[in-house]
Amino acid sequence: MKRPALTGFAMACVLFLQGCAGWQSALDPKGPAANELAWLIWFFTALCALIWVLVMIALAAPLLMRPRAPSEPLVLNAGAEHRKLRVVLIAVAMTVSVVVGLTLLSFFANRTLAAIGSGAALTIRVTGHQWWWEVRYEDATPNRILTTANEIHIPAGEPVRLLLTSTDVIHSFWVPSLSGKLDLIPGRINVLDIKADKPGVYRGQCAEFCGAQHANMGTFIIAEPRARFDAWWNDQLRPARSPASGEAKTGEDLFLHRPCVMCHRIGGTPAGGTVAPDLTHIASRRTLAAGTLTMSRGNLAAWIADPQGVKPGAHMPVMELNGDELNAIVAYLEGLK
Amino acid sequence: MSSADVTSERDLPPERATVTKGDLAPEQDGPRDSGMDDASLHRWLARTWRTPPGIVGALSSVDHKVIARRYLITAFVFLCLGGLNAVAMRIQLSGPQRGLIGPDLYNQLFTMHGVTMMFLFAVPIVQAAGIYLVPLMVGTRNIAFPRLNAFGYWIYVSGGAFVWISFLLNMAPDVGWFAYVPLSGPEFSPGKRADVWAQMITYTEVSSLALAVATIVTVFKQRAPGMSLDKIPLFVWALLVTSFVVVFAMPAVMITSTFLILDRLVGTHIFNPAEGGDALLFQHLFWFFGHPEVYIIFLPATGMVSSIIPAFARRPTFGHLGLVLSLIAVGFLSFGLWVHHMFATGLPKLGASFFTASSMLIAIPNGVQIFCWLATLWDGRPVIRTPLLFVFGFFFMFVIGGLTGVMLASVPLDLQVHDTYFVVAHFHYVLIGGSVFPLLGAAYFWFPKITGRMMSERLGRWHFGLAFIGFNAAFFPMHLVGLWGMPRRVYTYPAELGWGNINLFISTGAVLFFLSFVLFTFNLIHGALKGAPAGDNPWDAGTLEWATSSPPPSYNFRRIPVVTNVEPLWAEREALPVATGLRVDVRELLVSTVAEAYPDIREKSATPSIWPLLAAIAVGGTFLYSIFTPWAIVWGAVPIAVTLVGWFWPKGDPEDEQ
Repeated sequence: MKRPALTGFAMACVLFLQGCAGWQSALDPKGPAANELAWLIWFFTALCALIWVLVMIALAAPLLMRPRAPSEPLVLNAGAEHRKLRVVLIAVAMTVSVVVGLTLLSFFANRTLAAIGSGAALTIRVTGHQWWWEVRYEDATPNRILTTANEIHIPAGEPVRLLLTSTDVIHSFWVPSLSGKLDLIPGRINVLDIKADKPGVYRGQCAEFCGAQHANMGTFIIAEPRARFDAWWNDQLRPARSPASGEAKTGEDLFLHRPCVMCHRIGGTPAGGTVAPDLTHIASRRTLAAGTLTMSRGNLAAWIADPQGVKPGAHMPVMELNGDELNAIVAYLEGLK
Repeated sequence: MSSADVTSERDLPPERATVTKGDLAPEQDGPRDSGMDDASLHRWLARTWRTPPGIVGALSSVDHKVIARRYLITAFVFLCLGGLNAVAMRIQLSGPQRGLIGPDLYNQLFTMHGVTMMFLFAVPIVQAAGIYLVPLMVGTRNIAFPRLNAFGYWIYVSGGAFVWISFLLNMAPDVGWFAYVPLSGPEFSPGKRADVWAQMITYTEVSSLALAVATIVTVFKQRAPGMSLDKIPLFVWALLVTSFVVVFAMPAVMITSTFLILDRLVGTHIFNPAEGGDALLFQHLFWFFGHPEVYIIFLPATGMVSSIIPAFARRPTFGHLGLVLSLIAVGFLSFGLWVHHMFATGLPKLGASFFTASSMLIAIPNGVQIFCWLATLWDGRPVIRTPLLFVFGFFFMFVIGGLTGVMLASVPLDLQVHDTYFVVAHFHYVLIGGSVFPLLGAAYFWFPKITGRMMSERLGRWHFGLAFIGFNAAFFPMHLVGLWGMPRRVYTYPAELGWGNINLFISTGAVLFFLSFVLFTFNLIHGALKGAPAGDNPWDAGTLEWATSSPPPSYNFRRIPVVTNVEPLWAEREALPVATGLRVDVRELLVSTVAEAYPDIREKSATPSIWPLLAAIAVGGTFLYSIFTPWAIVWGAVPIAVTLVGWFWPKGDPEDEQ
C-alpha cells in the first residue's frame, strides 16, 4: 500500500515541475502583487507541511508501541494522563500562536497589496459579458476613450487601475501571474490594481461560474513598453480601414446589411451595436471569441459559419450565408487591423 | 403523561428512585415490566413495538431503526449516483478540448454532483446515522416524534426523486449547487432548471429540520436514568450540536431559495440590482447556511471518530470534556465565517480581515479535537481493524484539508486560489477525508449492530487501500493544477495551458476511488448475506448500543439501562443495572430531566401510522406544483390540511382526553 502512494507522490512531483512555468499560473508571478502572493503561498505551504508532518509522526508513534496491557479499559495511569494533558495544552498553545501569526501575516500582506495601485495613471473599465470582456480605456479627453474587447494592453512597469463591473451575471477577473482575482458584479464597481514588471503576454480567464461558456471566457493582458503602448492606443483610436479589395468591399456591404450590425460596432461605419465585441480592429487581436480560437482566416470563417459549434450556448447566432458571402465577410474582417 | 414510577436499582437519589403512583387510576394501567420474566417481557414488548406486517404496515413504520435503514440505503444510492456524475466529469476533463460532454450537460453534471452530495447524501446520511444510533446510545425505545421522523424520510425521498427525475428529463439545475443570482434569476436562467434547484432545497431542508428537532428532543428528554450531561457519549453530543446548527442554519437557505423562487415565479426583484435589489445579498444568505453546512457534515463524523478510537485504543477518550467543548465551540464559530466564501466579491478590506481571523480561529477547537484523539491513541499500539484504518485515513487527509483551509482563510492568499481547483482539492479533503472516511469506518464499525453480521476484514483492508490511494491520486494534484491557474466549473480547457497530463492522472485516481466504492458495495452485500455472526458486542465497545442484541429488537432494550459511566458497558462488566416500571402493553418511554437525567415521567410514543406518508405526498406534490404556479400554495393547502388533520386526530386515549 505504501509503494503506490510513493509512486503517486513522485509522479505528482514530476508533474509539478513540468507545469510550474505557465503563462496563467499563480506560481509564476510577473508582477508585484503576484510576487507577494506567491511568497505568501510558499510560506503558508511550508508551515502547513511542517505541521502536517508533526501530526503524522504523532499518529504513527503508537503503531510502534507495544499493545496496551490487557487490563480493563477504564483503568488508566494517572501520571501518564497528566503528562498527556500537558502535551495537549502545549500543542493547543502552539496552534493559537500559529493562528495569530498567520492572521497578522495575512493582514500585512493585504496592506502591501493595497499599496501597489497607488499613483495609477491609467484607468481601464472592464465590463463582464456572457462570455467576453468589454474593455474601455478612460481618458479625460472624450475622443481618446477607446473601447475594445478581450485583450487589455497596458504599459509595463506602471500600476494600472481596473474598474470591474458587469451588465449580466457575476464574473471574476483573474490573471494569476499578475494578481489575485476580483468579481465583476452587476450594480457594483470593484477596483483592482495591477502591474506587470516586464513586457509580456499574461493569460487570464473568468473565475466565477457564469453560465454555459464559463470555460471559454479568456482574456490576455499584453504589457508593452510605454512608447509602444501609446502607439497602440493611438492606432486603435482611428476608424476601421476601408476594404482593400473588391471581395472585402462586398464583405463590408454584407456586414452592414445583415444582422451583424445589430450587435457589433465597427468604427467609421454605420455599424454601431454595443451588445457584442467592438470589431473595429478585430484582426489586430490575438484570439477570437474571448480566447477560444487563435486569430486566423480559417478560424474567423469557422466562428462566423458555426458559432454554436465552436462555443455552444454563446450569444452569437448562426447567420445564413453561402460560401461566397462567408468568404467576403471574412476577407473584410481580416483587413480590420 | 403519567408521572414516572420507575424503579431503578441504584445511583438515583432516594426521592427519585421510586416515585409513587401517579395520577392515573389503577384500572387504566396495564402490565408493567417490573418483575416480569425475560421471555414474557420479550413477547409483550415485541407485540407492542412491532412494525405492522404488509406493505401498508411497512409504509406506516415509525421505528427509528427502520426509518434510519431506509435513509442510509437511499443516501448510499445517491452517493453512487453523485459519484457517477463525478466520473463522467473526470472523463470529460481527462484531456484538453475533449468533446465527450458539452457545456449544457457538463453544467448539469457538476450541479447535480454538488446538490446530490451535499443535500441528498452527506447531510441525510449523517443525520440517518444519528437517528439510528442516538436512541440506542441514550438507552430509549424510540426516537422522539417518530411520525415526524417518518415524514422527514418521505419528504427527503420525494425531493431526491424530484431532482433526479428532472435530470433524466434534461431539466436538472445547471447553475451550480450555490445557484448564484443573477445567473439563476429569471433573466439568465429561463426554463425550470433553477426552480428545480430552489425547490429541491425546500424538500431537503424540511426533512433535515424534522430530523434535527427529533434528535434534540431525544437527547434532551429521553436519556436513560443516570446519563447526566457529563456521561453523554461524544457521538450523541456531536449529533446534538449538529442538530442545533441545522436548526439555525437551514432557515437561511430556505429564505434564499424562497426569495429566488419569488423572483422567478411572481416577479419580485429581491436580488435584481436594476430594481433596487442586491445580487450579493443572495451570497450572504446562502453562505450563512453554506458554511455551517460543512460542519453539519463534519461534526457527526467527529462523533464517529470519537466512538471508533476508544473501542480500538481500548480506553476511554482522552479529554472528554475538551472534546465536548470543542464540538460546541465549532458549532458556534461555524456561523461567524461565511464571508470567507466571498473574499473575491470586493468587500471592505478591514471587514474581510475580521473574517480571516474568525476563520482561522476555528482551527483551534478542531486542533483540540485532533490532539485529544492522538492522546487517546498514545497508550499503546491500538487494535488495527478496518474501522480504525479509516480513522487513520481521516487523520492523514483531514489535517491536509484543515491546513489548506487555514490558507484559504487568508484574504490575499484566497484571492489567488478562490474558485480554482485548489479549492476543489481543499473541500474534498475536508469532506471526504473529514467526513466520508469516518463514515466508511463507521459503516464497518456499526454494520454488525445493524445487521447482526460482520463485514469481511480482508476485503475491508483492500477497500481502505484502494480508497486511500484513489482519493489522494485524484485530489492531491488538484492543489497544483489550481495554483497553475485552472478555475473550477470549466467543461474544458485549452491544450496550450499544459494541464492535460495532470488532469489525466487525476481522472485515473478518480476512477480508482470510484472502484473502491464498488468493492465496498460488494463487501456490504456479502457481509449482510454471508458475514460471520457478530454477537451483541463484537468490538467490546463501551456505549449502550452494544448492550442490546444485534440487530436490536424493535423495542431496543428489554429493560431501560441505568448509566453510571461514559462507557457504561466497561463500567458494568457483569450486567447493566436497569430501571423498571414502564408499561409493556402500550408504547411507553421514560422521559428524564435535561441535565441530570433523573427519571421524570412516563410518556406514550406514537404508534405506526400511514398519515406521515400521505402528508409527505401532499407536501411534496405542493412543492412540485409550485415551480409552475404560485396558486399551488393555495390548492396544495387543502390536501396538506386534510392529511395533517388525519395525522393528529385524537385517538381517544385517556391522555388525549385530559
